[in-house]
Amino acid sequence: MNLDQAKKGQVIRITGIPSELIRVQAIRFGISEGAVVTCREIVPAGPVIVAKNKQEIAIGRSLAKTITVEPVVPKLNRKEPVRSL
Amino acid sequence: MNGGIEGKIPAGGKKIVLAGNPNVGKSVIFNALTGLYVDVSNYPGTTLDMACGRYGSDVVIDTPGVYGISSLSEEENIARDIILAADIVVNVANAVHLEQDLFFTLQLIDMGVPMILALNMSDEAVREGLDIDGPLLLEELLGVPVVLTAAVRSTGIEELKNKLYSARKGRVEQSMLNKINKIPSPAGRAEALLILEGDVELSEAHGIKPGTERDSIYSVRREKASWIASEVVKETRKGVSFSSRLGYWMLLPITGFPLLFLTLWAVYEMVGVFFAQYVVEITEGFMHEYYEPALRVMLGQYFPPDSVVSTILAGEYGVLTLTVTYLIGLLLPLVLGIFLVLSILEDTGYLPRIATLVDRTLSGLGLNGQAIIPLILGFGCVTMACITTRLLGSDRERRIAIFLLAFGVPCSAQMAIIMAVFAGLGPLYMLLYAVCICSILIVTGTLLGRFLPGGASPLMIELPPLRLPGLKNIFTKAWLRSYQFIKEAFPLFAGGALFLSMLEVTGLLGGLRNLMVPLTVRWLHLPAEIADVFIMGFIRKEFGAASILNLNMLPVQLFVVMLTLTLTVPCIAATMVIFKERGWREGLLTWSVIYTLAFLIGGLTARLLEAFSLFSSMQVPAMLGLIILTMAFILALSRMYTSRRAKPLKL
Repeated sequence: MNLDQAKKGQVIRITGIPSELIRVQAIRFGISEGAVVTCREIVPAGPVIVAKNKQEIAIGRSLAKTITVEPVVPKLNRKEPVRSL
Repeated sequence: MNGGIEGKIPAGGKKIVLAGNPNVGKSVIFNALTGLYVDVSNYPGTTLDMACGRYGSDVVIDTPGVYGISSLSEEENIARDIILAADIVVNVANAVHLEQDLFFTLQLIDMGVPMILALNMSDEAVREGLDIDGPLLLEELLGVPVVLTAAVRSTGIEELKNKLYSARKGRVEQSMLNKINKIPSPAGRAEALLILEGDVELSEAHGIKPGTERDSIYSVRREKASWIASEVVKETRKGVSFSSRLGYWMLLPITGFPLLFLTLWAVYEMVGVFFAQYVVEITEGFMHEYYEPALRVMLGQYFPPDSVVSTILAGEYGVLTLTVTYLIGLLLPLVLGIFLVLSILEDTGYLPRIATLVDRTLSGLGLNGQAIIPLILGFGCVTMACITTRLLGSDRERRIAIFLLAFGVPCSAQMAIIMAVFAGLGPLYMLLYAVCICSILIVTGTLLGRFLPGGASPLMIELPPLRLPGLKNIFTKAWLRSYQFIKEAFPLFAGGALFLSMLEVTGLLGGLRNLMVPLTVRWLHLPAEIADVFIMGFIRKEFGAASILNLNMLPVQLFVVMLTLTLTVPCIAATMVIFKERGWREGLLTWSVIYTLAFLIGGLTARLLEAFSLFSSMQVPAMLGLIILTMAFILALSRMYTSRRAKPLKL
């Protein structure tokens, strides 16, 4: 599965970032391969916003298509409030 | 390092360097340390600002905000060079996302520079429901002094000053030290680390092969940063504040676009109306009524008013008149207004959200979302908008944005003339004009996006929390940037004014007018006097306005004039800025391509409209249809061309 197919509110693990340049940038943002992030928002046909702790990163749609992810079954003791707008 | 900084350090003075991620409040801490004695200049060979200030007998140097030093951008190379020359590094980190910022902190520690960590925005962290477990634990883990600050509220600044000189090298893993020690010694410890991490420039400078272990070093550092953050920060509660909800509204098209238009309207009112019209009228009026006459009287004591020297110094395009009036009377208020708006947008955290919102729309033009800012500002003043293209990530995007700005975006002065002319022509022509300009922008952007080598740089930006910016900080920032701009622009404008007065003194200006006649009369089918509008309009945009309305022209002719004027580069100031930002060669190319296209399109439109006059009342609708069809045809053609070219690559 690729990042652009993630659903809003879904908790996902980043499994692969093919571009080395993007990998270097992402790791400094705190998003490395193996990192668990929340898909916070998806701008229709636009960027995907992922969150890790208090920090949010917008990732352009074309870039999100190249990043592979896998869904993480949320742990029961971790209460991630479902955001409703 | 450049000699500029070295020259300003008193004997025995230390270089205190501020380093940190973007949006952590570095500039606030910089202002708090240095006070009023700040010098802003360019990093050699770049367009990036460098702020330098005094602290006691030492010098404080600000660096561009970066997420780490990996030679990914011009900013990172500059930050690297300044940090390598530092005696003390003040690493400013954002307490709200310590986990992210610690990556850079750990890189600095691995470099072995004496440093102190200022954990800024500690007040915001508390509001966000985070509890930083006392700086002591962090000091223990990192091995460097840590100070909690909330610089906007001046909290912790005194403590930072007290501890500044206790900066020391931090704790580095033995395994890392072993790796660093394997790099031959002519490179210092810090440079050795960067070479190990694959820094090409430094490796070449020392003739050492760059390391290939960047990925694994970064992974280890990332894990350590995350672990330290989880040890130090405790989340006490989870809250969704109003500001974070507003932040989401800004991103979603359904609420984001209305919010964006509201903001744009406010920006237009402030820059396009308040600064560009109201303030400029006062400042320019002052220069015309007091400064220029006073100067001429003064010069008149030494040179007769009609002498060559007087014309060059204080004539209509005089070096001392045009330059100063333009810079102080016209540009300074505009620059100040636009830098104020930009600083507000930057400091509130709205800018990256706008970029995210429009990323999809702009990707068709070969730009990423961040290009929206200069394009919007262009409707206020193309000159300033060209400067803000510095925000864009790649040179290719800067090139596309500047071309679009100079070609298709009418500035506020042009807009005013356009409004006045079309008020007399009726709504149908206004519609035709709008469709013309929009399709020209779309077609040009799409073609540039497709055929310039490279692609839109992928969007990956941090969305910082929304916050109310500090007024003082915004004004300081805007003032420093404006001051630097004027300082840099001065020689350019003086040169331009000198060139124009030379033309006038030698009588070439009149010759130029005659030279243009074949183009205007034979090609554009306009009256001969219109040449003045183009020449004078280029020199001073408002000169052209009145004469357009005074000339007795047919609606079609008026339309052709307005279209051609919009497509040419707005004014001499914009031209100079394009040359300054893009260099002489590319500036000249951009400028001549735009002028050729403008007159080509103007002439074609004139001929087509004349041909369509057969349809009498359907003349304008027929033209509209043709334009839209042409646009669709060109877009489809370019898509076919690129998809055919792209196919073999995919196989």
